[in-house]
Amino acid sequence: MKNQPDWQPTASRAALKSRAQQSAFVRGFFAQRDVLEVETPILGRCGVTEPNLDGVFAQIDAQGIKGGWLQTSPEYHMKRLLAADSGAIYQISKVFRNGERGSRHNPEFSMLEWYRTGFDDKALMAEVADLVCGWLQCPRPQVLSYRKAMITWAGIDPFVVSKNDLHQRCREWLEPEQLEDLSRDGCLDLLMSFAVEPNLGTEAPVFINQYPSSQASLARLSSVDGFDVAHRFELYIDGIELCNGYWELTHPDEQRARFEADNRLRIANGKPEMEIDEAFLAAIEHGLPDCAGVALGLDRLLMLKVGARNIADVLAFPLERA
Amino acid sequence: MASYSTNEFRGGLKVLLDGDPCIIVENEIVKPGKGQAFNRVKLRNLMTNRVWDRTFKSGESLEAADVMDQDMEYLYTDGEFWHFMLTDGSFEQYAADAKAVGDTIKWLKEQDVYTVTLYNGAPLTVTPPNFVELEVVETDPGMKGDTAQGGSKPATLSTGAVVSVPLFITIGEVLKVDTRSGEYMNRVKS
Repeated sequence: MKNQPDWQPTASRAALKSRAQQSAFVRGFFAQRDVLEVETPILGRCGVTEPNLDGVFAQIDAQGIKGGWLQTSPEYHMKRLLAADSGAIYQISKVFRNGERGSRHNPEFSMLEWYRTGFDDKALMAEVADLVCGWLQCPRPQVLSYRKAMITWAGIDPFVVSKNDLHQRCREWLEPEQLEDLSRDGCLDLLMSFAVEPNLGTEAPVFINQYPSSQASLARLSSVDGFDVAHRFELYIDGIELCNGYWELTHPDEQRARFEADNRLRIANGKPEMEIDEAFLAAIEHGLPDCAGVALGLDRLLMLKVGARNIADVLAFPLERA
Repeated sequence: MASYSTNEFRGGLKVLLDGDPCIIVENEIVKPGKGQAFNRVKLRNLMTNRVWDRTFKSGESLEAADVMDQDMEYLYTDGEFWHFMLTDGSFEQYAADAKAVGDTIKWLKEQDVYTVTLYNGAPLTVTPPNFVELEVVETDPGMKGDTAQGGSKPATLSTGAVVSVPLFITIGEVLKVDTRSGEYMNRVKS
């Protein structure tokens, strides 16, 4: 007999139903707070320069426009709306990250992203807590700095640890030759993923904030205890990374400089250089209002809601069956 | 030889690690949102059968191992080697040493078909089918009428394997045995 492809969904009907309820909850939450729902392109003209994110290239061919990217996040388009005075906005959209498939990753996934004008990272963290704890019925998150979390679970101070000691600590997972071309942030990411993350939010949800400035991405910086830290936060529940938020950078020159630095890193790592999104930079140039923004993985939120250990349990059709 | 990058890792892929052929059992991506991605990979070393946990930076690659599973008929042993023949009609023969045959030796019956795993063209392991049918050559006398439950006894099969069987089994009977557990399944009518 011929081998039939697996056509059935991997999510139970109960999980599908819970997903629909989750969407309704999110929409109700933002309607009450007067945050506008928007839709921006899933297929964009540009990808992102982020050194560790790869979009999916799409062979669009229309009106003389050839090639585009399935977006890794709706961030740039949403910031263009903010620059055009949209006010507070949110979006539920499909985003794409090439190469990422595992028990918590599917290359195509659902993201909730929102921006609050006039908010800083603290105010937005409070709103994230309202949303997540309202839906999961869980206790409100504690807040822990990146530095404190690293010292507690990885046993190193990320801001002062020597390269030697950092490599020594990473030897638990990597061979010396694998460490040779791994950057300082790469080593810190390793410790974050393997030593710290599994311990985060196991008792109660926890926000990690005050990331090193080298991991700021699009966040503002300030000085804490003499160290430059980013106004960036992530929420962890049961060791699962749920969201990533920023008090947004609004300075166009700084933004361009970070894109260029990203591209230099990409080239050094043997990845293709990405075209810088000039429309986005022009919008920032025009003026991004003071705002904070956050992206939250809806599939992972649903995993926590239904108690799933594998993302496939909450997706109708993960990549292999898509 | 080809190589595979972490994006291509999946269960069943055969790769070289520290010079030994390994089969990937599990590949899990671990990645902080915008940070460096790593792959946590479980591999079974095909030489030692031991399972290794290794971490790779995403984008690293491993050389492919020239490992192939082939159906072969067992022919005979000369005491030093066990000789197998491809069932694809080529009549090509391979000699497996004691290390390759390993525990499968107790299930080897001439003319039965086994999976021979070749590494660089030489037998690395020999795997029996999940079920084999073998004749009882030695066991205590059967007890007539004792076909219901109760009690078991050892029985030696034609290949030398000793399995636990119900009391009613007698010499000369052919038994179906699960090679994975070594358990008696049932009698086979001849």
